[in-house]
Amino acid sequence: MRVLVSIKPVLDPSMKPRLKPEGAGIDLNQAKRIINPFDEIALEEALRLKESGKATEVVIVSVGNLQAQETLRHGLALGADRALLIQTERYCSSLMIAKILKAMVLRELPALMFLGKQAIDTDNNQVGQMLAGLLNWPQGTFISRLELQTNEIMVTRELDEGLETLKLRLPAVVTVDLRLNTPRYASLPNIVKAKQKPLTVITLESLDLSLAEPNYKIVNTSLPISSRKKIKVNSVQELIEKLKKEAKVL
Amino acid sequence: MKVLVIAEYERQRLKPSFFSALTAAKQLSPGNEIDLFVAGFECNDLLQVIKKINVKKIILVDDKKCEHQLAEVVADLISKVAIHYDFVIMSATTFGKNILPRAAALCDCTLIADVVQIIDPATFVRPIYAGNVLETIQTSEKIKFLTIRASAFEPTLIESDIEAEVECIKEDLISSRQDIVFISSELTEQTRPSLESARIVVSGGRALKSKENFKLIEDLADKLHAAVGATRAAVDAGFISNDFQVGQTGKIVAPQLYIAIGISGAIQHLAGMKESKVIVVINQDPDAPIFKIADYGLVGDLFQIIPALINELEKCNKTLT
Repeated sequence: MRVLVSIKPVLDPSMKPRLKPEGAGIDLNQAKRIINPFDEIALEEALRLKESGKATEVVIVSVGNLQAQETLRHGLALGADRALLIQTERYCSSLMIAKILKAMVLRELPALMFLGKQAIDTDNNQVGQMLAGLLNWPQGTFISRLELQTNEIMVTRELDEGLETLKLRLPAVVTVDLRLNTPRYASLPNIVKAKQKPLTVITLESLDLSLAEPNYKIVNTSLPISSRKKIKVNSVQELIEKLKKEAKVL
Repeated sequence: MKVLVIAEYERQRLKPSFFSALTAAKQLSPGNEIDLFVAGFECNDLLQVIKKINVKKIILVDDKKCEHQLAEVVADLISKVAIHYDFVIMSATTFGKNILPRAAALCDCTLIADVVQIIDPATFVRPIYAGNVLETIQTSEKIKFLTIRASAFEPTLIESDIEAEVECIKEDLISSRQDIVFISSELTEQTRPSLESARIVVSGGRALKSKENFKLIEDLADKLHAAVGATRAAVDAGFISNDFQVGQTGKIVAPQLYIAIGISGAIQHLAGMKESKVIVVINQDPDAPIFKIADYGLVGDLFQIIPALINELEKCNKTLT
């Protein structure tokens, strides 16, 4: 059973995003990139399925420019068997990414497609759902538990109101939430071994998809304005007094 | 501008986030060309309430196949109805995020997620990078699928004396899925105001140290008729269940008053609460990053401060009565 995991390189969350002048977007030049933390959890779950003998191959896939090879190489060091980079310099909407991933799914024919529930840069939370829709596959989103049985999976989803458990017949798409597992670190021998693992670069054009440009454009990026009082109070009595008389919220 | 809003409810009651989506719909269609889409099973009680909302039409799917509102079934129906609209809107709740992207893709449309501001009917503002950056998007998409951040749109309810017309979807349009089965759900009992609708939120972090100690947060919340929130660290440590998590990947709230106790202020947590009107921070560490976004900060031991606060609030209540 093959498992496919999508990997997105994102700005290291410990770094502050730097804006280009005149609201022209985020400056990612020379920024340190890591695997999107949710994708790392997705990869970890796929690796555990392989280690328990339930999956036979873990393939990671990314869409982007050649820089993404570094992130994919890290995914290989974590334990993926091989990597695919769909190389493009184009700006891709979530819908375009979903269409590209669909093409890769039809080529690789995995029984399970794993994605992080959202990327921590664009915070969109939609590629997995879109991909499941385009494939007409069942979807298990925001999952915190996965149990693979013959030909089907049981997943527990994290909802605003609590938890929900679904049974999905394979093939299926799942998007993972934080509490599914704790990802491993790449060991030094595995980092060395990863250099020998196959990483295939496929140009987007060669996939022969008719991908229209997105019907939207990002016209501005800016920093939110916040003005906080930053008053230090010295006692509980003073705090309550301020909240009543000054802020008028009690 | 024709707008379709998807109803979100639980136990036959509409959720506050749905009324926020309705507010966004009214901003987009001042002429009130708003229809509602309701999917469920045996939703007669719900329908009686929905009929009183001032909208044009209610599109109803009342069928066993929609009982658990599975994305595979509901998104498919929305995509069939959506072609008649300029906008399709839901709140960016786990319900909305599960369903609407799938429906958008089925219509070959993009979706603008987590809208916090509508500049005009083609221009929207949304936060990215855990709310550290705002992005303004202009779209010419044929059907504009939007999820809106409920905390950025005050819920409105406009009732009408005239009942909206109800259109029932034909049974044969509902897909039967053999590949997905609902097994169970564990919904948290609501004993206090919900995070999404509370005027006041009291949140606790890792510094509470244990599940037993976390009760202090709950006790304080009860004194203030507030909702309880938590950081990811507190949820991961098992102090409280996942549906109380506030942050980039949990719930995003903007109450009148947010009291953060024993929370250091990771950007992921700040993303979920920094739009609150007034922020109070109680922390032992005077250098905790969360003080940077505080209106009022109190440095000290939370195990002394919380009981003192509860005590003081009790005294205030007594003098009032």
